[in-house]
Amino acid sequence: MKLEDLRKIRERASKNISLRQGDARVNVVIGMGTSGIAAGARDVMAAFLDEIGKRDLNDVIVTQTGERGLASSEPVVEVHIKGEPVVVYGEMSDVRARRVVAEHVVNGNAVTDYVIEVRK
Amino acid sequence: MRRLDVLVCSGASCVSSHSEAVRDALATEIDRQGLTQEVRIVETGCMGPCELGPVLLVYPDGVFYIRVAAEDAAEIVEEHFLKGRPVSRLLWEDPEARRIAEERKQVPFFEKQHKTVLGNCGKIDPESIEEYIGSGGYEALGRALTEKTREELIECIEEAGLRGRGGAGFSTGKKWRFVAQAGGDPKYVVCNGDEGDPGAFMDRSLLEGDPHSIIEGLAISAYAVGANHGFVYIRAEYPLAIKRLNIALEQARESGLLGDHILETDFSFDIEVRIGAGAFVCGEETALIASIQGQRGNPRPRPPYPATCGVFERPTLIDNVETVGNIRHIVLHGAEWFRSVGTEESPGTKVFALSGKVCNTGLVEVPMGTTLRELIFDIGGGVPDGKAFKAVQTGGPSGGCIPAEYLDTPIDYESLGKLGTIMGSGGVIVMDEDNCMVNIAKYFLEFTCDESCGQCTPCRVGLRQMLSILERITEGEGRMSDLDELQELAKVIMATSLCGLGKSAPNPVLSTLRYFRDEYVEHIEQETCRAKVCPAFLRYEIESELCKACDKCRASCPADAITGSPGSPPYVIAEEICIRCGRCLEVCPFGAVCLKTGP
Repeated sequence: MKLEDLRKIRERASKNISLRQGDARVNVVIGMGTSGIAAGARDVMAAFLDEIGKRDLNDVIVTQTGERGLASSEPVVEVHIKGEPVVVYGEMSDVRARRVVAEHVVNGNAVTDYVIEVRK
Repeated sequence: MRRLDVLVCSGASCVSSHSEAVRDALATEIDRQGLTQEVRIVETGCMGPCELGPVLLVYPDGVFYIRVAAEDAAEIVEEHFLKGRPVSRLLWEDPEARRIAEERKQVPFFEKQHKTVLGNCGKIDPESIEEYIGSGGYEALGRALTEKTREELIECIEEAGLRGRGGAGFSTGKKWRFVAQAGGDPKYVVCNGDEGDPGAFMDRSLLEGDPHSIIEGLAISAYAVGANHGFVYIRAEYPLAIKRLNIALEQARESGLLGDHILETDFSFDIEVRIGAGAFVCGEETALIASIQGQRGNPRPRPPYPATCGVFERPTLIDNVETVGNIRHIVLHGAEWFRSVGTEESPGTKVFALSGKVCNTGLVEVPMGTTLRELIFDIGGGVPDGKAFKAVQTGGPSGGCIPAEYLDTPIDYESLGKLGTIMGSGGVIVMDEDNCMVNIAKYFLEFTCDESCGQCTPCRVGLRQMLSILERITEGEGRMSDLDELQELAKVIMATSLCGLGKSAPNPVLSTLRYFRDEYVEHIEQETCRAKVCPAFLRYEIESELCKACDKCRASCPADAITGSPGSPPYVIAEEICIRCGRCLEVCPFGAVCLKTGP
């Protein structure tokens, strides 16, 4: 093994511990209250995780939160991007989740069709 | 994709409070909830707050769980990992503000710390070389071997001003230079992990929590001084540290980071683990060398110093575990970076093991120059149960006790030396009003008497004489002239002993005589032990107006020293029969039994 090989291993291995570094660019927060889960929040989360994994995005973390009081709009998902307003999406689904990853998380354009709130 | 890393502390103290059962229960529940793809359990080294163990740290949110039991696993997994609601009853709560810490960084224990050497401890899996490399591991070794000359490395450590973390504080850079300049081949490097002070567990935690950092540091030092063979000396009482170091060594060899032509350079180096039988004196470098060679761990006079005549009479570099743990950081970030933390004379950080009468016992790392008050009260959380702080002991059996009036002393080699103690390897034992300082001095002297190798007379006989005087004082047979005699003996022993053990063993007696002379005098002249520790000055009495004649004390007394009959108070303790075991005080439901001292 040469130093370059070591650095290659590091690049790969650092992804493995990136969750612990606390420097994620994007935080996707999924509402996992009772009504969220009933409306399919688990599947939405699975879709986010799958899509983020497929695209190998290392600066994105997925976390959960509780009930927001917007039962009719569940599943509700917030996208926090560093230095930008928080975008809240409603009535998310597997397909919509994948679109949010592609258009908002990767390209930085909120998917206006599903937005229910923008918070400063 | 994985979204949660659950870090389970697997330091020796969390393991002993059943963290492994917690880990297994979590794994079962994660599987049951179908979260195995999303949640991963990582076992890490010591996170520090041993008092609160077993502890868990959940990333990315940084939720910190304390005193977790296996039975809590189902709730944590379902509520937190699945639904995103941390289980608040298992979070740390500020006892005064009644505020729950939602994240680890809100816990004051962590707030004032500055983790460099312990940076990976509690953050990565010590049994995974991948995680170590992922967090920047072996980069320093790589750069040292490919970009730096030996001279540059030695200069870098000299400029950084790193001083030996084993206690004496000798300049590490200078030591490196002596060995590098010494003639003779082969040369050896040794990492001294013979941590023997009562209440010290820094080296153990570092070896358990980040063994690769020790391998890397030792490899860099070997390259700098021109050695190809290294030893890590660990005591047999540290089985987990030995196991994890051996795993790490095997991984490093497989990856070509140890062995011939490391990273395809000309440098070859390997490490052997030597297990010590646990003799305190083997922490002394010449005794350690003898032990590595397979001989009895006897020290020998210096010079010649190990730098010219060490293991197998070859030039040998001996550095303490924490010193070695600093190396890779200095090589990576430079001398100036290292000097930016700590004080002018004592740069960098120091790891301490907090124990004794302190709320947050555990492992901490702070910049040099932090005051004892910050260490004990801000990080340590002060003395538990509302008791009064009395003293803090640093440096183990070679150090001394510091009283409350010096709590604002900055922690560095010189300041502690002026107070009659030493930095030592980092054991910090806090004492409260219930500790008798004469008894503490006696305890440490008993320890050094037991651990003296017996070669030289001052240490073997002199310490025994000091101990018998202390025994006399604590048994009520002391004379005022004993205090001068203790001082006289201490002076001779320190001046004439062969090695550091004897030279420093009188320190606990001298420092308690200096700051707590009153207590010695009370023992001798007033037959009083104010901390109510020394049995000769204690008597148990039953307050007649409080006694309800329930008969519990009489029934529990192992010496039949209590007389009385049920229903007709008071009961009476016969002082001449009483063995002062304290059983009656424990069982009395009415608080009628009291402990008294003095004539």
